[in-house]
Amino acid sequence: MTKGTVQGIISNLVLVKADGPVAQNEICYLLHEDVRLMAEVIKIVGETTYVQVFDTTRGVKVGTVVEFSNSLLEVELGPGILSKNYDGLQNDLNKMEGIFLQKGVGSPPLEKDSKWLFKPLANVGDKVKAASWLGEVSENGLPHKIMVPFKFEGDFEILSLVKEGEYGLYDTIATLKDHKGLEHSITMTQKWPVKLSVTSYKNKPRPSKLMETGVRTVDCFSPMLVGGTGFVPGPFGSGKTVFQHALSKQADADVVIVAACGERANEVVEIFWEFPTLEDYRTGRKLMERTVIIANTSNMPVAAREASVYTAMTLGEYYRAMGLKVLLLADSTSRWAQALREMSNRLEDLPGPDAFPMDLSAIIANFYARAGIVELNNGKMGSITFIGTVSPAGGNLKEPVTESTKKATRCFYALAQKRADGKRYPAIDPIMSYSKYLEYPEFKEYMIGAGKPDWIDNAYKMKNYVQRGSEAADQINILGDDGVPVEYHLHYWRGELIDFVILQQDAFDKIDKMCPLDRQKYMVDLVLWICAKEMNFTHFEEVSDLFKKVINAMKQMNYSEYESPDFEKYAEEVSRLMTEKVESVENVA
Amino acid sequence: METSQAFQKKITEIEDINKATCTLRATNVGYDELAMVGNKLAQVVKIIGDKVTLQVFSGTEGIKTNTEVVFLGKSPTIKVGEDMAGRFFNALGEPIDGGPELQGETREIGGPSVNPVRRIQPHRLIPTGIAGIDLNNTLVAGQKIPFFADADQPYNQVMAMVALRAKVDKIILGGMGLTNDDFLYYKSVFQNEGALDRIISFVNTTQNPPVERLLIPDMALCAAEYFAVDKNESVLVLLTDMTLFADALSIVSNRMDQIPSKDSMPGSLYSDLARIYEKAVQFPDGGSITIVAVTTLSEGDITHAIPDNTGYITEGQLFLRKDTEIGKVVVDPFRSLSRLKQLVIGKQTREDHPQVMNSAIRLYADAANARTKMENGFDLSDYDERTLAFAKEYSNELLAIDVNIEIESMLNTGWRLFAKHFKQEEIGVKQELIDKYWKG
Ligand SMILES: Nc1ncnc2c1ncn2[C@@H]1O[C@H](COP(=O)(O)OP(=O)(O)O)[C@@H](O)[C@H]1O
Ligand SMILES: [Mg+2]
Repeated sequence: MTKGTVQGIISNLVLVKADGPVAQNEICYLLHEDVRLMAEVIKIVGETTYVQVFDTTRGVKVGTVVEFSNSLLEVELGPGILSKNYDGLQNDLNKMEGIFLQKGVGSPPLEKDSKWLFKPLANVGDKVKAASWLGEVSENGLPHKIMVPFKFEGDFEILSLVKEGEYGLYDTIATLKDHKGLEHSITMTQKWPVKLSVTSYKNKPRPSKLMETGVRTVDCFSPMLVGGTGFVPGPFGSGKTVFQHALSKQADADVVIVAACGERANEVVEIFWEFPTLEDYRTGRKLMERTVIIANTSNMPVAAREASVYTAMTLGEYYRAMGLKVLLLADSTSRWAQALREMSNRLEDLPGPDAFPMDLSAIIANFYARAGIVELNNGKMGSITFIGTVSPAGGNLKEPVTESTKKATRCFYALAQKRADGKRYPAIDPIMSYSKYLEYPEFKEYMIGAGKPDWIDNAYKMKNYVQRGSEAADQINILGDDGVPVEYHLHYWRGELIDFVILQQDAFDKIDKMCPLDRQKYMVDLVLWICAKEMNFTHFEEVSDLFKKVINAMKQMNYSEYESPDFEKYAEEVSRLMTEKVESVENVA
Repeated sequence: METSQAFQKKITEIEDINKATCTLRATNVGYDELAMVGNKLAQVVKIIGDKVTLQVFSGTEGIKTNTEVVFLGKSPTIKVGEDMAGRFFNALGEPIDGGPELQGETREIGGPSVNPVRRIQPHRLIPTGIAGIDLNNTLVAGQKIPFFADADQPYNQVMAMVALRAKVDKIILGGMGLTNDDFLYYKSVFQNEGALDRIISFVNTTQNPPVERLLIPDMALCAAEYFAVDKNESVLVLLTDMTLFADALSIVSNRMDQIPSKDSMPGSLYSDLARIYEKAVQFPDGGSITIVAVTTLSEGDITHAIPDNTGYITEGQLFLRKDTEIGKVVVDPFRSLSRLKQLVIGKQTREDHPQVMNSAIRLYADAANARTKMENGFDLSDYDERTLAFAKEYSNELLAIDVNIEIESMLNTGWRLFAKHFKQEEIGVKQELIDKYWKG
């Protein structure tokens, strides 16, 4: 084992002189007083190894002994991950004692004494390789595959495989023989280094299926696809976290991984408290059962913040390899970038724009590239849909993290301060935001197959109305209400109608917060029907009078249970308002 | 500062001295350890081999290359106990009120963070009587929230008012770069209200060295943790002015040749501020720490790195602005936010609270548009006129900081103004609430 001694300390950057070989990103431990402080090698220059400590370095002295582990930063994978609350290094927060996080104290990520009902999915004699499914256990009702460890290179043959029955987490469930004839025993667990991507799959096709989120402005305007990538930049208070929480509760996914990366502890507490009581409306199970939380809040060690997003991604890759639909959310990726910046400043690396590391763009691109839908070696599909938030300094989108992320993602959900100020939530700007997936022919085909052939056309139509509405608003502002043709007011109010009825959605209203696809379709059809109606107005106030009434009735629809008597009542009111108007037009004609 | 002889290591050769730090050769020194450079307190901020860099809190003026340096073998501490109540301390935790030394247990300041799974969701509303806060930006115990205010706003007065009206067990004042006048103001307000026995103050005034300020939040929060954790008390911590705290951070980091990021602030500003604000917490056993801070702005610019990073950390902000139309300071409903309000409004307050709040703000936004129209010389529609009339009354009767009423009357005022100026379909509120509360 390589050992070393501490030569220098600058905050959580520690300089170490090692007595043997060291690897980049190798994990080592500082033997400080009676605890072991975990650290990661981030740079090696001649005699000096630079390590970042995942803990406070208070009290550490020159001469402190360092032990190198000969392994990279790894997570442990196996049944029992779901519904856990981990820190950025996969310590189980619930198992840690005391109110405060003590330095150097960790806790195992899995339950070592847990027993699982194992069902074999393969046979003795089968040829297998990394990520091949050997069997299955039920984890919170989800089929959790026990796989050949991802680290296994080459081809193997199954020499033995246990029969269906209950086994402990660390019991041997299979033995494999490699091409040299060496035998390897397999348990239900394996380890994987978080900074490397798991690539045990056949190929990575383009996404094509809609990921239903129940958030109208996403599904109807800028849809996210299963295995897609997106990001949410916005100034503070514009609604990034509320939006991500909505996705984590409502999105159509088998597994949801929430990485709270350098943000507020109370926001994680909200999940701890709510998810065990809320239900997944598709399966009726408690949301917590499908959720994993990686909490590295802003007051937790900065280096572990960087690790936390990788930990989350690796857990996602693990469940994807089981053929599951994973939704990965990270709030906020800017904090991760800032952690990189803090370290690169301490290393006195040549700074790039805004003092971020020069290779920031590449780091971000590589990370997003780990998401996606994959065809597994057995032909089944698995996916990671990844949506990160970005917190641009001063709300200015021309900054390195936003720009780099924009290049790496396909969906852009820009939160606008102006909308947030006007309480037009979610504050996603309908004109700036986009989903490149709208242009994917395979997505169009999918929507046709799903019985909603107009979905994409309707998205473009609505975008067009909103765009014209905003142009009309500009004209009205410049020329005055009377200074423009009445027609302009009609454009303006059509935009407002779509804004109030489709785009705005109250994340805290028990009904409005979640809008299933069929209900969305109903509302979109109704809105577009109104927008397409020929109507004549003689004075601009007539336009606003009518539209305010229609908007009010349709908002009431959004607040009512779908197809309930209330809902129908307001729907009738809308059609009455419209018929009256159209008839009065016809009468004049 | 008490020191134990056993730890003392004396050095009398300082190699480099600059404005905030000095460097010397020493061994067996711990990171973050305290030292006395002559009679000045200092802390280890960098160790490379036997070269140790010390940050001198009161500035390095007068330090000689042969000044005696003594390492204290510990990081900054304070003695916590019930005897802190009613007392005034400086940034080093020493009494400045002429009273006796503290007798309690010695604790390191800047201690570890709370395990997030040991927190519970904040749930107790803190009423202030100010509608700009209670109605639109409700405070909750365990929250962290700053006032964003230009230097000429009466933020210290508003904060003192909030502190005195809040029903908490202890109030801990952390004053950083407080003017002597403001310090005396706080002292006399607390005294006049007979609240002194609930209050503990850590004060660095403009007369004290700026770098010492860096210790104030940790001192105040260490005391707060004692009362919240050991005594299960609800504690309100007032930090004023965090902009001056951040300025002190930048002084130190610039002296250490760190590459500055935006607005010459250190790249670690976010983490440095978060470490402080995240001490706000609600514990399961009833104890809580609520932080109300002040971040002064320069000409209302919230894109500056200090307010910007603060906004990303805190659970909202209270933006003070002078409303020239009514001639009063108001809590601006657009830029202000309480992120925890939804945990209490409509639950501990009347069911119509969320909708009344949102509609009033939306109508107020319409008024702002109408005002722009008017300023551009256009005719106003009847609706525009009505929003303007509404906005003026709303500002005067609800947003102004001199309002002091119960939340229920704030809601009733809201409905009264709605009915006076608007039609039912113009306020965009759920029909069932309109049926119940409309004051037609
Ligand atoms: N969809 C929404 N519906 C209602 N309120 C919202 C919505 N989105 C955001 N908000 C309001 O905005 C506040 C800030 O949102 P948050 O997501 O915490 O902002 P960010 O993460 O961008 O700083 C929330 O506390 C809430 O009051
Ligand atoms: Mg957020």
